[in-house]
Amino acid sequence: MIRKLALSALMALTLGSAPALAAGGGGHIQDYAFSFEGPFGSYDRAQLQRGLQVYTEVCAACHGLERVAFRSLAAETGLGLDDATLRAYAGTFEVEDGDGGYRAAGGPDHFPGSSLETAPDLSLMAKARAGFHGPAGLGINQLIHGMGGAEYIASFLTGFTGEEVEEAGSFLYVNEAFGGNVSMAPQLFDDMVEYSDGTQATEEQMAQDVAAFLMWAAEPHQTERKMWGFIGVIFLTLLASLLYLTNKRLWAPIKDEAKRG
Amino acid sequence: MSGIPHDHYEPKTGIEKWLDRRLPIVGLLYGTLMIPTPKNLNWWWIWGIVLAFCLVLQIITGIVLVMHYTPHADMAFASIEHIMRDVNGGYMLRYLHANGASLFFFAVYVHIFRGLYYGSYKAPREVTWIIGMLIYLVMMATGFMGYVLPWGQMSFWGATVITGLFGAIPGIGEPIQTWLLGGPAVGNATLNRFFSLHYLLPFVIAALVILHVWAFHTTGNNNPAGVEVRRGSKEEAEKDTLPFWPYFVIKDLFALVLVLLVFWAIVGFMPNFLGHPDNYIMANPLVTPAHIVPEWYYLPFYAILRAFTADVWVVMAVNWLSFGIIDAKFFGVLAMFGAIGVMALTPWLDTSSVRSGRNRPMFKWYFWLLAVDFVVLMWAGAMPAEPPYSTISLIGAAYWFGYFLVILPLLGVLERPTAPPATIEADFKATVKAKAAKGKVAPEQIPGA
Repeated sequence: MIRKLALSALMALTLGSAPALAAGGGGHIQDYAFSFEGPFGSYDRAQLQRGLQVYTEVCAACHGLERVAFRSLAAETGLGLDDATLRAYAGTFEVEDGDGGYRAAGGPDHFPGSSLETAPDLSLMAKARAGFHGPAGLGINQLIHGMGGAEYIASFLTGFTGEEVEEAGSFLYVNEAFGGNVSMAPQLFDDMVEYSDGTQATEEQMAQDVAAFLMWAAEPHQTERKMWGFIGVIFLTLLASLLYLTNKRLWAPIKDEAKRG
Repeated sequence: MSGIPHDHYEPKTGIEKWLDRRLPIVGLLYGTLMIPTPKNLNWWWIWGIVLAFCLVLQIITGIVLVMHYTPHADMAFASIEHIMRDVNGGYMLRYLHANGASLFFFAVYVHIFRGLYYGSYKAPREVTWIIGMLIYLVMMATGFMGYVLPWGQMSFWGATVITGLFGAIPGIGEPIQTWLLGGPAVGNATLNRFFSLHYLLPFVIAALVILHVWAFHTTGNNNPAGVEVRRGSKEEAEKDTLPFWPYFVIKDLFALVLVLLVFWAIVGFMPNFLGHPDNYIMANPLVTPAHIVPEWYYLPFYAILRAFTADVWVVMAVNWLSFGIIDAKFFGVLAMFGAIGVMALTPWLDTSSVRSGRNRPMFKWYFWLLAVDFVVLMWAGAMPAEPPYSTISLIGAAYWFGYFLVILPLLGVLERPTAPPATIEADFKATVKAKAAKGKVAPEQIPGA
């Protein structure tokens, strides 16, 4: 915790206090193929776990995840952490104990909020950004490719051109996905984390993993929702067929009479 | 209840007679359900059932959502996330409710345009039409206040913009705005009163719906042919009509389930498609979103609101004539409410002697142009208020008013309508035979336009 706070303070100094990202727009968004896309897509458990690692080791230095409870990391359709791992992970965070002191966090507690005022909370970021727009305000791209929240995050994290500009006394970083300058410096560099599953931690890999994790954080029940969607569609199709036949039979004598008359 | 001759409820058993003498509710329900309905209603007539379903869906999901929602500026956003994450099935409830509003408005627009095409607003159905317009207005208010409740960025800034409209009223505008908001700006007081009214108004809608149904059960349904049911005798009326149950209940249910199939797929697979991403950011009075866009169902009227800028000659003329009292902002507000107002006055603006658009060769074109105009305005309303979108909005708004205030009154004089079918029975037979001869359309389909 001390290390984290020190790191946060350092980050705060290096980042300055320029305005945090506003809603993105205009930049180029790569259409990554995520496992959770489409009506039958679901989260890739290994990817979410890698994403949690990137979040913990990199993002969490400044950003928070205050809407997400640690216990939700156990969800079968999400990260699926076992009880011991979950408790151990939560225990690395501290929360107020209500008596003015601190205690190790447990399952029911939430992730901490942002430690840096200019760093937005990431709980809902994957739903608060739309990667795809248009064309011409018609929303067809979103219909075909999805809202593109996760794509936006991954593109943003890999979208730094390396240029820096000075604006009103603080340094901003040029980002192609953002379509402008942001106060956040590039954060992901090849092999900065070591994945336990042996996946090569390239910048792009980490960006996608953490984007997938943040999508899960924003919409933890996505898989269940799609399941209900599927069940509902099947049920309604059957019901529609039965009602079609009922209606046909009901009207048949009326129609026959009209044809004769 | 209806002026169309039909069978009435006869209590048979002892208990039925006992109840009927004290409260004739069974007879009322029987009369409502067995109402003689024109045989020739086509598939455009199914949206009333969809709307009734939407109202029930919104009330039921809404009541459960309220059990877990906290109407406080500091806690509302978090309580929505609590519903989405922790409440059993909460994510479905909320997505059903949010997308249910979209279905509600989609259905009401088709329903209104069906009425406009088939002349359902014409005598003797003016009261049905006016009540319908009132329902639509209350729906707009309810939907708007509901959108504020999650207390996201679009909630907050949408509330700021829309209540600001009232601030445009000369002289008394600002006190009215303050009164609506419960303070100088959108805040906790605003959220609380919007929550209260959002819970209240659906029941006002339900009451208006009862009046709406009562009114058209008194006059009888309009129908695609635009001719009235013969009422000389019960036998005559039965040639033109069938009882609502089971013929139209089953037909409407079939259509409803098809509509719900699409609706359910949207809720299950792309529930945020119709929403704005900014509303997943908690309201922040210090950060204004780049574009404040209302929900899609308000966009046509939002476009009309924004179309009348200070450089439009009509606005300049009105400004000069009113000694500067009506400025561009107030003109826009008047135009937006006026756009709905002229629609409500359609029964008296349409001078044609013929009811159904089927028999009006010139009207048809202007009607479909109005439908296209509505969609174009919807699109323009979502775009930034700058050329060319502002010009497109202005042309669209001009046509909207032109249709109701100029074209409809003139068409009644200029147009030579074709002869409607003699009776509903004749229309029904002709369409059934035509469809059977064509063989392409399934014979159980009820004749179309």
